[in-house]
Amino acid sequence: MTSDVVTPLLSVADLRVAFRQGPEWVPAVAGVSFEIGKGECFALVGESGSGKSVTALSVLRLLPQNGRIQAGRVVLDGADVFAVSERDMGSIRGGKIGIVFQDPMTSLNPVLTIGQQIAETLMLHRHLKGAALRRRSMELLEQVGLPHPDRHLSEYPHQLSGGMRQRVMIALALAGEPALLIADEPTTALDVTLQAQVLDLLRRLRKETGMALWLITHDFGTVAEVADRIAVMRAGVLVETSGPEFFDGPQHVYSRELLNAMPRLGACLQRESPEEERSFPGQPLLEVEDFKVYYPVRQGVFQRTVDHVRAVDGVTFRVERGETLALVGESGCGKTTLGKALLNLIPATAGEVRLDGVSISNATLGVRHKAQAELQIVFQDPYSSMNPRMIVGDILEEGLRAQRPRMAPAERRERIETLLLAVGLPVSARSRYPHEFSGGQRQRLCIARALAVEPRLIVCDEPTSALDVSVQAQVIRLLKELQDRHGLSYLFITHDLAVVSELADRVAVMHSGKMVEMGPTRQVLFNPKNAYTRRLLDALPSLHKGHGRRVGP
Amino acid sequence: MPVLLPTDVLFLLLLLGLSALLVYTVRQEHLRRPWRSVMRSRSAMISLVILLAYLLIAILDSIRVPASVNGPGSSGAAPIGEPVTLLDVGLTAIRDAQEKTYSAPLAVVAHAREMTRQADGREVWAYPRLQYGGRHLADPDREHADDLLRRALLGLAAGLAGWGVLMVFIALAVARSPNGFVDFLRSACHSDSEFPWRAVLLTLLLICVMAGVLAALSQEYHVLGTGKVGEDVLYQSLKSIRTGVLIGTLTTVATLPLALVLGILAGYYRGWVDDVIQYLYTTLNSVPGVLLIAAAMLVMQSYMAKHEAEFASLATRADFRLLALCLILGMTSWTGLCRLLRAETLKLRELEYVQAARVLGVSQGMILFRHILPNLFHLVLISVALDFSSLVLAEAVLSYVNIGVDPSTESWGNMINGARLEMAREPVVWWSLASAFVFMFALVLPANLFADAVRDAFDPRRSG
Repeated sequence: MTSDVVTPLLSVADLRVAFRQGPEWVPAVAGVSFEIGKGECFALVGESGSGKSVTALSVLRLLPQNGRIQAGRVVLDGADVFAVSERDMGSIRGGKIGIVFQDPMTSLNPVLTIGQQIAETLMLHRHLKGAALRRRSMELLEQVGLPHPDRHLSEYPHQLSGGMRQRVMIALALAGEPALLIADEPTTALDVTLQAQVLDLLRRLRKETGMALWLITHDFGTVAEVADRIAVMRAGVLVETSGPEFFDGPQHVYSRELLNAMPRLGACLQRESPEEERSFPGQPLLEVEDFKVYYPVRQGVFQRTVDHVRAVDGVTFRVERGETLALVGESGCGKTTLGKALLNLIPATAGEVRLDGVSISNATLGVRHKAQAELQIVFQDPYSSMNPRMIVGDILEEGLRAQRPRMAPAERRERIETLLLAVGLPVSARSRYPHEFSGGQRQRLCIARALAVEPRLIVCDEPTSALDVSVQAQVIRLLKELQDRHGLSYLFITHDLAVVSELADRVAVMHSGKMVEMGPTRQVLFNPKNAYTRRLLDALPSLHKGHGRRVGP
Repeated sequence: MPVLLPTDVLFLLLLLGLSALLVYTVRQEHLRRPWRSVMRSRSAMISLVILLAYLLIAILDSIRVPASVNGPGSSGAAPIGEPVTLLDVGLTAIRDAQEKTYSAPLAVVAHAREMTRQADGREVWAYPRLQYGGRHLADPDREHADDLLRRALLGLAAGLAGWGVLMVFIALAVARSPNGFVDFLRSACHSDSEFPWRAVLLTLLLICVMAGVLAALSQEYHVLGTGKVGEDVLYQSLKSIRTGVLIGTLTTVATLPLALVLGILAGYYRGWVDDVIQYLYTTLNSVPGVLLIAAAMLVMQSYMAKHEAEFASLATRADFRLLALCLILGMTSWTGLCRLLRAETLKLRELEYVQAARVLGVSQGMILFRHILPNLFHLVLISVALDFSSLVLAEAVLSYVNIGVDPSTESWGNMINGARLEMAREPVVWWSLASAFVFMFALVLPANLFADAVRDAFDPRRSG
């Protein structure tokens, strides 16, 4: 605990921020006080809407139009941040405080080269010119670990991958040689292997430059890797601030809940039935053989197909009745494409799909229409997966209307009400609009919609990755419950190995369109055969690996 | 038995359709919400009141009755047998009061001097008295100003009285109970309800007073002067309202089906359907609009010449030309909206709720109708509201270059066209142009303000 000894670099006292909604002011931050010492790594943890990003934006005085700082004092290096003029604020932002945002795709200007964007900051804050400017730019890119700094300087953002862009963002934030770097969910939008790399980078840079790091995140895994001090935020208030001993036993009930809700890799070891495999008698429900989805690459005047992007390249697997098969892989590996192609949302190039032993890939329209009811999908984003112009009742009824047009309205209504209760929502939800529900509730509605037509297999395309940790746990519990009750099978597509451990019977790992490893969950997660699987597992923050350790009350 | 011309029928049908849409909207929560925010906007509500006043005049001017109904007295402007509109009936006094030629607003004498023979045989070079304007005055020099003031005050009183009656009706409709009536008046005065009652009632007051004063003065004077052949400019301006409103609305009706169907088809089916439709509108867009309209109007005129029997009366001829203009304007202006809808559909079809519907086995027609169309509604509404004013202005421009409405149709474009020569006269005849300008401005400005409010409320990028 070094932070108590050194004088604080940044101190925030009783910060209160409110947003205007219609005629009212709704508090977002309700009296937050904390200090960040020189060279310290401070982590602000909380679920979405807890006010953690708003706190950072207030310190930088970058609140949106409808936000207002109502009270509080922010002192940076002895100077009152709220007292300086807007012009001097410019030298604080970027100069004394650097910031890295969550999304590397939108934080860089697409029409300027990387070199131009770095040069802009350097000229502004360090007044460099000519050769010195170029040398410093190269140094920065080297520092954040980009392989070819001289080449990257003249490249545009779209020529770099997501991880590289995040590195450029960090280089940009470092250009002003700030004393404090604010990283707002710096790894959330990245794949797990990239996450590990970016965290490593942040850790190394902190050691090299001696700057303080203020990490804002919802992920305890990230926090446990780097933070010296941890503050947990909920509904605009800090409920707990503590050192690394936090992970041995948080004081506050809410922190404990959050920590316990986090999915862990060891969960599969704790299953009630410890035998290696559940047995699935009879014919497999879904058989997929040598399945391929190619996208043509067209070129020239006549749009001749010159090559193919092999999104899914010869995949064979089966899903048993009542089984959960998890499909794991990094973004771009083809897992979502595979899921959508199975449902015929994307045309498949080759291969055979058999449902209950009946081929549906080359079937007549009638057979396919019937099969459609048996295969359903739940999407990742609970916000875009329901038509905002329809009430929930109509949304849920849609499948029934299409599949069973002769069903009586009263019967249909009754079914919808049963479904709503089954996913843990009140019957009154029927006549409300999707926007009136929270993310987790919407995901429940999406599950209910899929269930309405009594499917036997549901493709779950990252159904939990847009949700907060505690809500995530609830949705997973619901999925398990429904599986037990209805004998459903799931094809669970995800990038999160920890979630897989909670839910899956078997795991298939995908890489560049191919399946590199498939087997029982315990075997794949704890005894991987494939090098790529091992790499994925290694990249996981150590807290997630914590073999099912639960923090006692 | 009312007589209806094709444009009347279409216009009234359109209004019926709009009313039906309004009823539907009120029942849909997601549509009611943005409208509520439009209703909270003071400028939008003031605009709406003015637009409704214009609309009322246009409706009155679209319901025709045979001329014989209003007696043999009205043999002036409309030839015997030509049906006249309810507005004409109301304005019989000023419609029939036709002078010889130009006269200034509220004048009692003509605009230009004339050689007249006096009773004693002398010939005098003087301003002749008008046939109708101020004919009741024995000694115009002395009485003119007093008479104007007296009539204006009378009109003001009548306007206030009319407003009072209107207020009582509104209050009764809104409050629905006796003591609610007082509460309503109090809250309207303090402007403490969400709806900007005070602004709306003041706008109504302004309109009532203006109507009262104009009505009182126009009994004996030409309030806005007279035109080249002595026709009353106020009457002309009022009649032009129907032309402007009709072009603004009917053109939209011609635009919408094309833009909607083609835009959605192109966006949803992509591939060759998209190619064909895109080709169509890029081609259409690269031909100058005025050229297309001019060509189409020529074709239409030669068609009318060939089928003379079907266009016997002046009214049917002018009406057909107006309708043709609406259609042609519609044909040339659907591309912008179509492009917008295509882009939005391209985005929507990839959205997860559309994919979920496909997985559920919902038919394509149903997907288009239930998932795509309602989510395009805000775009349609915004563009219709924005287009209205530009179409009203387009009519003025087209009539100015003589490819607009029939010269016998009263329209602001024709008035401005006529003013070309008037501006060159000495002393200058300014009132035709000024009236056309003021009337058009008073329609287009509220239309734009209202469209802005609608856009703010419905555009998802602007809310929040």
